[in-house]
Formats: sequence, structure tokens, C-alpha cells
Amino acid sequence: MAYGPHTPADRRRMLASLGMQSVDELFADIPPALRSTPLRLDPPESEQVLMGRLANLAGRNRVDLASFLGAGAYRHFSPPMVDHMLLRGEWYTAYTPYQPEVSQGTLQSIYEYESLIAELTGLDVVSASHYDGAAATAEAALMTCRATARDRVLVSRAVHPHYREVLTTYFHGAGLQVEDIPLVEDGPAAGTTDLAHLERALADADHPVAGVVLPQPSFYGLLEPMAEAARLAHAAGALFVAVIEPVSLAVLAPPGAYGADIAAGEGQSLGIPPQYGGPYLGILACTDALVRQIPGRLVGMTTDTDGKRAYVMTLQAREQHIRREKAASNICTNQTLLALAATVWLAALGPHGLRDVAALGAAKAAELEAALAAVGVARLHAGAYLNEYVVRVPNPVAVHRELLGNGVLAGLVLAEAVPDEPSVAEGLLVCATEVTTTDEISAFARQLQSALAVTAHPVGGAA
Amino acid sequence: MSASGPRMQPSLFELSKPGRRSDKVPHPPSDALDRLPAEHRRERPPALPEVNEPDAVRHFVNLSQLNHAVDTGFYPLGSCTMKWNPKVNEWAARLPGFAQLHPMAPDAVAQGTLQLLWEVEQILIEVSGMDAVTLQPAAGAHGELTGILMIRAYHRSRGDMDRTDVLVPDSAHGTNPATATMAGLRTVSIKAAPDGGIDLDAFKAALGPTTAAVMITNPSTMGLFESRIGELLEAVHAVGALAYMDGANLNAILGRFKPGEAGFDVMHINTHKTFSTPHGGGGPGAGPVAVVEQLAPFLPAPRVLREPDGRFRLEAVGERPTSIGRMRSFVGSTGVLVRAYAYLRTHGGSGLAEITDDAVLAANYLKGRLAASGAYDIPFPGVCKHEFIASASSIKKRTGVRTLDIAKRLLDHGFHAPTVYFPLTVDEAMLIEPTETESIETLDAFADALIAIAQEADTDPDVVKTAPHTAPVRRLDEVGAARNPNLRWRPALGDWTPCPD
Repeated sequence: MAYGPHTPADRRRMLASLGMQSVDELFADIPPALRSTPLRLDPPESEQVLMGRLANLAGRNRVDLASFLGAGAYRHFSPPMVDHMLLRGEWYTAYTPYQPEVSQGTLQSIYEYESLIAELTGLDVVSASHYDGAAATAEAALMTCRATARDRVLVSRAVHPHYREVLTTYFHGAGLQVEDIPLVEDGPAAGTTDLAHLERALADADHPVAGVVLPQPSFYGLLEPMAEAARLAHAAGALFVAVIEPVSLAVLAPPGAYGADIAAGEGQSLGIPPQYGGPYLGILACTDALVRQIPGRLVGMTTDTDGKRAYVMTLQAREQHIRREKAASNICTNQTLLALAATVWLAALGPHGLRDVAALGAAKAAELEAALAAVGVARLHAGAYLNEYVVRVPNPVAVHRELLGNGVLAGLVLAEAVPDEPSVAEGLLVCATEVTTTDEISAFARQLQSALAVTAHPVGGAA
Repeated sequence: MSASGPRMQPSLFELSKPGRRSDKVPHPPSDALDRLPAEHRRERPPALPEVNEPDAVRHFVNLSQLNHAVDTGFYPLGSCTMKWNPKVNEWAARLPGFAQLHPMAPDAVAQGTLQLLWEVEQILIEVSGMDAVTLQPAAGAHGELTGILMIRAYHRSRGDMDRTDVLVPDSAHGTNPATATMAGLRTVSIKAAPDGGIDLDAFKAALGPTTAAVMITNPSTMGLFESRIGELLEAVHAVGALAYMDGANLNAILGRFKPGEAGFDVMHINTHKTFSTPHGGGGPGAGPVAVVEQLAPFLPAPRVLREPDGRFRLEAVGERPTSIGRMRSFVGSTGVLVRAYAYLRTHGGSGLAEITDDAVLAANYLKGRLAASGAYDIPFPGVCKHEFIASASSIKKRTGVRTLDIAKRLLDHGFHAPTVYFPLTVDEAMLIEPTETESIETLDAFADALIAIAQEADTDPDVVKTAPHTAPVRRLDEVGAARNPNLRWRPALGDWTPCPD
């Protein structure tokens, strides 16, 4: 066996100590009728052969494209020191810190993560991590129901469609209600959450609302009227949940400043590679008032019996291993190593570096907007954005495919990703970050121009 | 610093000094943010620490050295399967083709990863004896929720709306009852039989038209194979309920027992236990769920599909309306699954079977050594699977030394503690799981340490009760931590006394 230490003599000695001839005797307790058929799998593979197989598979993915795809997962620069730390076995091969005396490294790093996210969000309580932005958002919505003893949550259609789907899955399971808040259809606020609709939905006295969920920035990249939405929610006795993107919080108002009770979001942009969807980092933060409702692990500072500062998992009476069916959530394993990645990344960049990342993304996005406008492709919405927005392109599916063949990943085809949102059916959702280059932007504009020319005058069509 | 042993570290915030900069990214043009409306702007920059690379790296390296880890020593943690985390897995997950692939990249440019995911599904289908697999769940508990939601959807699809009960043995992981609650169902806790196994009569008495599912961990959290499982599964199906298997203990049965063949309908698999993906100090994991054919329509979306021409694709939005929906964003924790794939391929069918044989042999050898010493109570003396229970019940009566004390004293011997006080059904329980990757020398040293501590409990109980003595910190004030929670550094306080070390 590849990693096993036992020599044939070791195995014989262990069996002899049990008075046994064969390891099969250790499985005599499995009733014969239930015993397994043999595993019909390929034979073992040496490390050398395996590495060739893996390199070959990885090489079949295309990661050399000029990519303008964001939509909830973003390319960012990660200083080599980040992965250097993550490759230390003391971090990644450690267990959950249930024995705090020999886990102070993990515990202090989680405390530091909680502190950094608290500072970014302006909310004082931060869970040690959740699975991803979608699961954290669903848990945030469930928190509002527990805290208010109400069962109805309003979710903006500007929230990432995957998050809304996950929230719906969780809510149907728990027998709770989710309702959409639609987007404003036209005018200067087009594409943002319809606050007039929100106000009407909150006014239904027969069905009081537990929580209102809005994103900042939205799935469509727009800046949302968070302060006003929070005010409306609170006036109706509901809690307000902000779905955030942490890099943006270097420059955007933090949830704590505009009255959010809970912030949830995806921490992937804090130095975690896209890696086709995970492992990612679900961020969940709330006000002090909600500390007993937050699910997941919390680490606090304390002292040892000598009075020395130390760290420990705390308030565990919320958790499944203590409370079982009455727990705040079933979550057990979370995303500790990804929280460490975010912590090291934030330490590497510092407050100035984080601001530079956010501002440089904004600058590149503006450069992209101008370059696309120059070839006749304009934004779909008028509202302010940070580094992501929707552009209107005729026949977006064909154009996207055409560009892909020419080395450009032209963002996300919204007709495919959100087929139930007809107002964006001609949209491509595009983003830029600090790693986007001027050459990539030029290539995108150039390829788009020629693709549109082909679409306007189809080859073989009636000219 | 490490030359004189690991020491507690100041916080990252205490290392901060205004004006320290790192220049990791270029500076943006000064007007980069001018078009952001004032009402959306942050008034005050976040007070993040300002540290330079050498200080930051030393901070995290020094912190790391305060951890016990598989790379530094033995973890006899029952129910956790702390086996070796192969280094080639880390290499694989970092290949740029895997690591830099965007989760919404078109299928045409993601064929390598899609094939890998599809192959992982096929291998897990064979290992579990089931018919279909989803790789979406991010952890075991997430897989449990996925499985129970599918069971619920299955009953509802048949118009069977009144099945609200989930039967769970009282020795189960806490995640099982917590999952039932999240799925809107009611937990019915069933006491274990005196031999630690399933109490068939108690289960049969509780089964009926309102039973949605039973959740069984097999082998059980006592490390015992549930030899009555065949009868139980028949009884479950006879009343129209389904059987969920918690796959936490899969390391004990690879190639010896396939839950799907035996009659289970759903199971989850913890890749971070059985398939060597690292625990990461508490995650990430991955919790694939395997199901029988009749539950496949309800699998989370999107599934990975293989077309007749051999190409792979993800299901489109809304393609399979019977799905329970999404459990998370994107496809799943692909980076974890790349590691699991490397492990599965390394071992192949014969290697996987050998893992189980060696894990069970190691557990029985260690159990035999402790039983022969007479130092601990061994409540279930027969053959165990990959883990077993020892108890300090007699030691406590005799000396006042508890399981917790013994666990802490083990830290002084350089071992991590076993899982303690779990399952909840055994007095002063220690659940010990050595895994297949620990040598006989390590197993012997660990048994020697446990036996020495038992003797020490008689000769010098205070040393045990006040352990650990050599760890970076002594026992912690957990009550104070919960009473006055300090959950974040507060920059405004600014008057923390630096660490005495």
C-alpha cells in the first residue's frame, strides 16, 4: 500500500498477538450475505504515473484565456508567501482545535481572521467560516427566522442566482418561505433592487418578515441602496442581511455602517484560487445582539490557568455536538484553512494593498468600459459599479462562443445563467481586477468588434 | 524562537506599525475611485494590520509550530480518520490547470476537471455499491443534509407527505439529529442495545408510516460492525422508509461491505477522512453523497454528464426539475476532489481494500495491547473495526482522574488525545482510531504512554489532573471565555500587555 508502514512481519506479529492467522478473521462479524463483491477498479498507480495522468488532465483545461469572467469568483494576485504558509503541514494537516493546548496556532489564526473580517464588515461577531458564500447567505437568512421567530424572508433578485437557489433549497427543507424582490426595470436605477416592491412586501401585516437580503455589489455589479433597504427592513421589525464581497469593503461602506444586522459573502477573493468552485470561504458576521444565533464555530481569547493569554473555541452550546437536534445548524467541518489563507493574504497586502487592489480593479473596469464603448458595446444599466457590470451584446451566446475560440473568455452569458431574468437576456456580465491587463482589454475589444461585424453580416447570409 | 521550543505569539495587530507597507500590487491612478458615489464610499479605511513580509511570515510560521498536526505526530482521534495526507495530492491541486480554472468557465475549456469529477463519481459508485453520486456537498454534515432532503423529496414525489420522523441511534454523531431538524424533520432517538449495537426491537417499535428515514453509522461510533443491519434494513423498507448511512467510518469497510449492496439507499462520504484530503485545522472537507437509482432524480443540480461522444458537460440551469436544487454555489469543492482523486488512483481497487485491512488490524492490535494491560476498561471486548472504545471509568472511581485528564496528559507524551466523551453513551469514553498509516512502533509507544498514565493516576494523580505541563499553554479558562466573549481584537483598546514570553 502506497503510504502504509507495515512489513509482512509487522502484520504477522499483529495478527499473532490477536491469535489470528488471517486478516479475514477480523471481518467475521460481517454477515456472509452482506459481504462486499470485490472492488472493480483499476490497479494501483505509482506516483510517477499518477503525476503524468494528473498533469495531462490539468492540461486539458484552458486557463490561458484573457478572462473577464467574475460572477462570484474572482482572479486576484496572491503573493507567493501566502501559499508558502498554506503548504506548512502544521496548518493543513492539523485537526479541528478541540484540544486547545496543542492547537493554539489554528485558534489564534481564526481569532485573527475573525478580527480582520470584523474590521472589514463593521460587525463584531464573525464565525470561523462556512462552506461558501451561498451557504453563508442561507445560514444568515435562517438566523433572521430564529431571531425574530418569523418564517418569511425577502431576497433581492440582484443576489447571485446560485445563492438564491441554495437559500431556497435550505428554506424548503426547513419549511420556511422565500420571496423574491424584483429588479427595477428601467430608468437610472434599472437592474437594482426594487425598493418600492420591498416596501409593499414588508407592509403585509399578516405575514411579517424575518429578514431582507440584498447584495453589495450586486450580482450584476451594481451598487445597491443598502442604507434605505436596511431602514425599510428595520421599520417592519425585520433584520437586514448584506451579501458582501470582501475586497470591495476596502472602499465601500461596511455593512455595520449602513445598518446591516448580518453580513454574508464569499471570501474566495481574499487570496483563494478559483479552482473550479472550491474549496471557498463562507463569510458570516453579525452584530453582538445576534451572537447566540450565529451558527458555526467561534474562537475567543481567554487565559490559561497561569493567566497567560490563549485562545479557545467558545459558545459551543450553539453547536451540533452539544445541542444535537436543537443546534443552530448541523455545520461541523468548516473551511478553516481557507480562513487562514484569507488572513495571510490580508496580512501580506495590508490596508493600503487591499485598497489598491479594489481601486485598481475599479480603474481597469473603467478602462474596459471605455474600450468596449469604443467598439459600440455599451453597459446595459446606468447605475454606479465598482469593477463588474453588464454589457449589451446582440446574440450573446454566439458572440461569447466566437470569442472563446479566439482566446477571450467574454464574461458570463446571462441568458444561460439567469434564464428567468429577461431584462438581461442580451447581457454579458464582465469584470476586471488588478490582474487584468491592457493587452487583454484590447484583445477583448478587438475580438468583440470583429465578432459583431460577423453577426451583423453573417457569412453566407443575404448581404 | 523555535530553537527554544514553541511559544505563544503576539497578535498580528500588535506587530502592526503605521507606515509599514508591502507594495505587493501596483498603485492605481489617483482618480480610480472618483466615480464612486459618496454615499457608497467607506468613510474610514479598515484598521487592518500593517506588517512587512518577514514579520508576517515569522508570525505565521511561529503560530503554526503551536499546532499538533499529522505531519508532526500521531492523532488517535476516533471518528476522524487522521491518516497520512500524501504530498502528491497538494502538488496536484496546485497544478495551474486545476487551480486557476474559473467555476463558470464554459464546459469546452473545463474538460480535464469535468472528466476528473466524473471519474471520482464512478469510483465512489463502485466503492459505495450505489448507482449515482453528487460531489457538491462541502462537508459530511452538508452531505447529510443533502441526503435527507433527497429522501424527503422522494417521499413527497410519491404523495407521501406525512413522513416526518428520522430515527437515529443515541450513539450517533450530533450532526445526524441536527441535520434532521434542518430538513424540517423530527429526530427520534433510539437507545443502543447493551452490546453497543442496534436495538432491533426498539427500532421496529418506532418504525411506521411516519418514518421518513433511519440514519445509521456502520460501523457504529463504538467501532462495531452492525451485524443486525440486514434485518433492520428489511424492516425499514417494509414500512416504506429509506435508510441513510453516515459514511464517517467508511475506512473500516472498503472492499468488505458496500452499503448500497446491503440495502442502504443513501450515504455520504467524508473525503477528509477516508480519502486522505487534509483536515486543514477544521476544513475544508468534501461530502459526496451516493444514492440508489430511485433517488437519482433528486440529486442536487448541476450534475456532471458524459455525452455519447465522450465529452463532459454540466447540466444547464433548470434542466432537471426534480432536483432538490443547489446545496452550494458552483460545482463543489473541486480542489479537495482533485486530492481525493489522486488518492483513489494511487490505491486502485486492491489498495483501497488493503487500507481497510490495515486500519482494522491496527485498531485491533492496539485494543489488544490495552486490554492485555488491564489499565483501562474495554467495554466491548470482541473484534472491533477501525476504532474502539476504552474507558477510564474504573480509574476515575479509584483515583479521581478522569478521561479528560488522561487526554491532556497524553499531550505531554507528544501524542494528540483520542476523541473523548464520545459517544455520549459510554461513561468516560475514549474513542481511539489509529488508521492504517501508523507504524507498529508508534502504536506500541502510544499504548505504553496510555498504560504509564494509568499507573501515574495511582501514584501521582495530581500530575495527571493538572496536565498538560509541556504544551505552549496550560488548561484554559473556557467558562470565562463563554461568559465574557472576546471574539475580536479591538484596535481602540490598544493597551494589551505584550505576551510575557
